[in-house]
This record gives sequence, C-alpha cells and structure tokens, in this order.
Amino acid sequence: MELEKFELGATPLKESAMKDGKVLTLHKKPNLKYAWDNGPAIDRYLAELKKGRIIARKCNKCRRIMIPPRMFCELCWRPTDEWVYVEDTGVVNTFSICYVNWDASRIKKGDKPHLPAVIEIDGASDGMGILHVLGEVEPDKVKIGMKVKAVWKKPEEREGAITDILYFKPMRG
Amino acid sequence: MAYQRVAIVGAGITKFVRRAHETGKELAAQAAKMALDSCGMTMKDIESVSLGTAPDAFDGVHMKGEYLSDGSGGWRKPYMRQFVGGGTGVFAPIHGWYHVASGMFDTCLVVCSEKMSSCHPHPQGAFKTIFDHTTEQALNPTLIWIFALEMNRYMSTYGITKEEIALVSVKNKKNAMDHPAAQLPMEITVEDVLNSETLAWPVNRLDISPASDGAAAIVLASEHTAKRITDKPVWIDGVGWNLDTAYWATRDLYYPRYVEKAARMAYEMAGITEPKREIEIAEPYDPFDYKELHHMEGLLLADRGKAVEMLLDGKTQRDGDRPMCPSGGALGVGNPIAATGLMKVIEIFLQLRGEAGKRQVPGNPRCGLAQAWGDLMQVGTVVVLRR
Ligand SMILES: [Zn+2]
Repeated sequence: MELEKFELGATPLKESAMKDGKVLTLHKKPNLKYAWDNGPAIDRYLAELKKGRIIARKCNKCRRIMIPPRMFCELCWRPTDEWVYVEDTGVVNTFSICYVNWDASRIKKGDKPHLPAVIEIDGASDGMGILHVLGEVEPDKVKIGMKVKAVWKKPEEREGAITDILYFKPMRG
Repeated sequence: MAYQRVAIVGAGITKFVRRAHETGKELAAQAAKMALDSCGMTMKDIESVSLGTAPDAFDGVHMKGEYLSDGSGGWRKPYMRQFVGGGTGVFAPIHGWYHVASGMFDTCLVVCSEKMSSCHPHPQGAFKTIFDHTTEQALNPTLIWIFALEMNRYMSTYGITKEEIALVSVKNKKNAMDHPAAQLPMEITVEDVLNSETLAWPVNRLDISPASDGAAAIVLASEHTAKRITDKPVWIDGVGWNLDTAYWATRDLYYPRYVEKAARMAYEMAGITEPKREIEIAEPYDPFDYKELHHMEGLLLADRGKAVEMLLDGKTQRDGDRPMCPSGGALGVGNPIAATGLMKVIEIFLQLRGEAGKRQVPGNPRCGLAQAWGDLMQVGTVVVLRR
C-alpha cells in the first residue's frame, strides 16, 4: 500500500469558519471547582513556607533528602523517615525566558517575561530541584549554575502556599 | 517467554489539520476504514480493539475511550483505551501487541484519534492541570516551560546551539513535503526558525510542532493469520515502555533515562545488541526539534551529546546513513498527540515494505523503530519493527 493511492480523510476548516457561522459549534465553560487535600507531607511543607522555612523529608534507606517532601520514597518504595529543614538558597539547574502565559496568550507589551527555573535547593540531595520563578534579575543575566536565594512575602501576607516565596533572586558575590 | 509473533498487516491515516470538520469519532472511523481496506479486511475479521487518545480535556468530553468507541469499531468487542500522554501513540500498538502475542486474539485493530481544536482559546490551557495542583500550578506554568527548561539544560550540558537544533525543524518540515497527510510541510531555513517568535527562550515558534486534529490506525495479526492476509507482513519484534518519577524537577533533564530503559527492553526482546548498527531507520518523537536529538541518545542510536554530529553530517537526512523522521515527524506532518505516535509506526511499516513513495529511504532497510514520549516528561514507548 502507498498512502498516495488513498483518499485521506479529515476536512480542514479555515480559522474563520466558526466566526462566519459556516460550521455550527457549541461553546461551553464548565464550572468545575476543586478542593484538593494535600496530605501530611505537603501540609507540613506549606505550613513551614508560611513560617518562612523550607522543609524536606529524608529516606534513611537511600539517604535522600527530598523536596518537595513526600511520605514515601518512590525509589525505595517505603515510607520516608524524618523531617529535615533545608536552606532557602539554591542553584539554578535550568531556566527559560518565557513570553507566553499559561493559556498560550502573550504577555503584554513592555511586561517583563516570566523566568521559570528549576532550582536545586541547598541542603537537599544533589539534583533535588523545585519549579519556581526568578526575580530581581535581567533575563540576559541569568545563568545556569547561578546561586539564588528566596525572596519571601511579608509574614502577615503569607498564606501557606508555594507563592509565599515570591521568587528567587541572585545572591551577591 | 512464549508468545505468538505479531505482524502489522494494514494501515490507515487521515490528513492532519489544524481544525477538522469531522468529530473525533468520524476521524477514527476514517482511519480505521482505510486500515481495513488496505489489507482487504472488514470489521468482522477484527477480534479486539485498542484505542489510544490523549487528555479528555482537549475535547471537553469525559471518558473519551467510551466516546470514541463506536468510531473505532470497538462496540461489542473486547475494547480498551490506552493513555500515557504523548507516549500514547506508540503505547496503543504495544497494547494491541500483547492482545495478540498472548494468544488471546488473532487480530487487533489499533486506532489513535485526537481532536485538539475543541479546546479554547488554545489546547495549551488544558495542559496546566498536568502540573502538581499545590506546589506547581500556583506558579501559572505553561507546558512550554518544561520543554524550554529541558532544552536549555540539554544545550548547556553539551554546548549545543539553537542554530544546530533548528536544523532538525528544517529537515523534518522539508521531509513532510512528501507526506500526503502533512499539515505543516515547508521549506524553511535555520534563520527562519531563529527569527520566528520567541515563545519561551530557547524555544521559538518554529521549534514546535503544531496542535492538530487527526487519526491513524493499524491492523495487527498473529503469524498464521498475517500470512493469509499479506505476503509483506512487518513484524513487531520488540516492545518497551518505561516511566520515570513524576517529580520531574528532581531528575536531571539533560538525559531521558526512561527512554533508554524502554529501548533496552525492546532491544532485548528483538535480540538487538548493537542498536547503532542494527536500527537502520527511526522515527523518534519530535514534538520539539531538540527532542529528536535527545531521544536518539536515549534510544542509544547516538552517544550522549553526539546526536547533533549525526545531524550536522547529514546522516539523519532521508538519504543519509541513518534517516530520522523520514515522514516529516510531528514537526512537519503535525501533532494530533496519540495519532502522531501511530503515524510514526505507520511510516516505519511503509518504509520497511518499500511503499513510502517519494519518502522512501534508499538501501531497503530491514529493521526500524518508532518511539513516543510523554506524560510529565517521564514516559518512553518504543516498538522495533522488522520485515
Ligand atoms: Zn529511599
């Protein structure tokens, strides 16, 4: 068989087809709301963030200090053993300079791009990173391997969320 | 391990388009009908059906497996839906393989259908919920973030440039000029890629495959059945799949270990000890251009950090020593997630039969592979095919 010998299905529509009413469509916005339980590991993680600290969990078998904390070690497949405070500093493992928002819309002209990064947290095991964003830095000055430190919300504004850390900023020296 | 040998005996595909008039069910039926017609079979000959389709959120239809079952020919048959994100399109045929390999069935129709255009304003929005609801979604991530983060890590680990990576996009979009289902066939230059809109540095618009609607299907048969249907069966000699931790930020993104594990599983089953020599042609998953190189390394088709040298030497061109994505890949043919992976399987099927038309690679290859990748950058799915 050769694809060229068949008449292939699928009829392409122009972008304008819906607007012009050439194709009948139904629009719907599902109104769904969720209340997610976080479980004991992330509950404690969030509670500590509210106090301005970062906490991890240690597995005494593989000796990994894991962040975000978890009640089970996915490598050893056994419960983790203890809570360990880690630093609010780390190293940029990788980063991006992002001009689009979560829904693929573009950031407003003149607005600063998002600077998402994987940050390896000091005090956690090697390579243990979290997703966060960078701030107080020009995009073209960001480098992999850069030392960074958390910038926290004011204590009275914190709500027990990952966003209690506003961003990570470069450390001097 | 005792199992029946399984062959691909027929294939079908729809055009891949930005927005199709047809529903997902209708696309599935079109691809399935073509697959059956291609090998002179009817739905009566089909004993089981394996359906692959990606997130329900694209369609806004809950339980898409059930929704797509009638178009896929799944009604009143043993029918299962497979879903491992972007890896689905190669996982669905793996699933079909064990339906037949186990001896439970002599035939299985594998259908992958995807309709991404229903989601507004853009299917990207649906991807937000793949991130952890508490520790990540609050940061308003987009899926492109993790690709950009991975691409940057990969580039800086090995000192690879955006110019070099852009060559993958140039190659695949050009290959797609000869694919009758292609959505984005184009002759472009490296400069065009670099000058296209920067979405999330280092990712530009032309580094990315498009969102698409489309479907693909294949017919699988046991050895004794296959030999009655065709004198050109293509055998699924190895299958492999593997999943890494969902704590994606805690593993180094420069190397896809899970792809290597999936590949090793498939190679062992196929008796392949030297993949660089034995795999003559491949369709690594290329939703972004750097992923083709990243996956060639995970598949052990290139040394770590060296896939780019094969690209620069022209070895991965269609007339090169080791053609990669001769179809045009996700970058050129389009990326209706689950259907893309199966399109890749179909391309290797056609290439090994010498039926790829203008896309045919020289040298009568005997052994090739197709691979897909997905979930939260953590799943690898691989099939090894031989004629
Ligand atoms: Zn452990």
